Amino acid sequence: MITLEWLYILTGFFFAAWSILSALDRTNGKRWGNAAFWGLLAVSFFFGTHFPDLANGVLVLALVGIAGFGGLGRGDPPTTGLAERQALSEKLGNKLFLPAIIIPVTAVAGTLLYNYTPFGETGLFEERRETLILLGVGVMVSLAVCYAWLRPPLLAPIEEGRRLMDSIGWAAILPQMLAALGGVFALAGVGDIIGGIAGATIPEGSLFLSVGVYCIGMALFTIIMGNAFAAFPVMAAAIGIPILVIGFGGDPAIIGAIGMLAGFCGTLLTPMAANFNIVPAALLELKSQYGVIRMQVWTAIPVFVCNVLLIYFLAF
Amino acid sequence: MSYWPLVGIALVVIGFALRFNPLLVVAVAAVVTGLLGGLELVPVIEALGKAFNDNRYISVTWIILPVIGLLERYGLQQRARTLIESVRGATMGRLLLLYLGFRQITAAIGMKDIGGHPQTVRPLIAPMAEAAAEKSHGELAEDDREQVLGMAAATDNVGLFFGEDIFFAIASILLIQGVFESYGYPLTPLQLSVWAIPTAICAFIIHGGRVLNFDRRLGQRTGKAGGVA
Repeated sequence: MITLEWLYILTGFFFAAWSILSALDRTNGKRWGNAAFWGLLAVSFFFGTHFPDLANGVLVLALVGIAGFGGLGRGDPPTTGLAERQALSEKLGNKLFLPAIIIPVTAVAGTLLYNYTPFGETGLFEERRETLILLGVGVMVSLAVCYAWLRPPLLAPIEEGRRLMDSIGWAAILPQMLAALGGVFALAGVGDIIGGIAGATIPEGSLFLSVGVYCIGMALFTIIMGNAFAAFPVMAAAIGIPILVIGFGGDPAIIGAIGMLAGFCGTLLTPMAANFNIVPAALLELKSQYGVIRMQVWTAIPVFVCNVLLIYFLAF
Repeated sequence: MSYWPLVGIALVVIGFALRFNPLLVVAVAAVVTGLLGGLELVPVIEALGKAFNDNRYISVTWIILPVIGLLERYGLQQRARTLIESVRGATMGRLLLLYLGFRQITAAIGMKDIGGHPQTVRPLIAPMAEAAAEKSHGELAEDDREQVLGMAAATDNVGLFFGEDIFFAIASILLIQGVFESYGYPLTPLQLSVWAIPTAICAFIIHGGRVLNFDRRLGQRTGKAGGVA
């Protein structure tokens, strides 16, 4: 059976290659910082499963230390210039899109095949991890196609990948760090405290205000935690079920489904949802790391209001 | 109940506002929260390490970068621009509107991995949006260009968030189901996911209206008429 562990090993090889090439890159004044950072990530992917928690924790602190005190620079591996790219794109034509499309198509079509045909009964992939594993398969297939068709220098994909990785820098592991913070928040009982506060602020007897506090609680707690998943059980337990469903006799399906979506509006507004909001700003090389959130504010607020009204009018 | 663990949240807010390195802010907040929550230092570091390790799957997606980078080396972004420039009547507003609908519908039928920031936004949607905006409005000022790119990424997020919950076999729907079941309200995923549709329609109208309006305002700012009306 192909498990997530296989994918971690594969990912480890990529990070290890980036680490080695960073160390050799004299154009980057901070090359040792980059080498150590990507190298530690490679170690995490290779051995994290077998390390005790404390060793993984120390590894995390080391990563934070390197990035937090400005240890990361940017490599500038040799690549093609703008004019050259224009000429290549004209020569290669729309076929250039094909290798890019292979990856999502492999992931999506493979997942569908695996779940809805007898192919799934082979038990080839670890349960519930098939999409991610297939994404890895798609990357390898796509790379093979690129090598066969474009005949790039051997190290070109790794070097081009390193260029992008360096431009993302520390933001690359921020989503993972925030998930770790969520774990510590849960241990320290932050969710229960927030739920208690939200439950205590409910004004007696007002349905509209209760719906409002439920949705605001979902959005605010999501802004704090970076995803609605942590917020939902807390707000459902504090307000959704005892007050809206039991107290006011609302429809649980509507309160649950749309309450979650009120939380998603919070996701659009928070740097804590790094993989949606901060990473793309780095990927697109925006000047402001809040460049994506800024464009989402006036979608998030009206959609949030819609959610409050939808629950108020549909659920009761 | 002690409110002390909330200090960690305050640290995050202050740290982000003062533009300290976010990794540093998050690590400090985690340690402080754990300590104020009554844990010892070593268990806090262990918890941090365990959660980081358990969430490695989030960072696996970076293995896509070599493919994207290689294709960019051979002119993928330029190709994306040429393609959109060759489509008659293509404007940034219409492009993003179309992508929004595409992203919502594909996510709604379970294909949420078909888009995403490394996969589609950086190599395809962002350069297309920029090229389409330049086609209608001429050379963009730096701030306007940033906004166009930001809007491309925002559109991917909005399409994903307000499409994926219509698909019944998605983690958030299963979470809602699990929570309500534990309080004695058995619901099927399908019962829940149909109620994601009204919000999805609102999000399409609101964000779709915004991208069209953004395109129009960009035209007014640059002084050139907006695309074909």
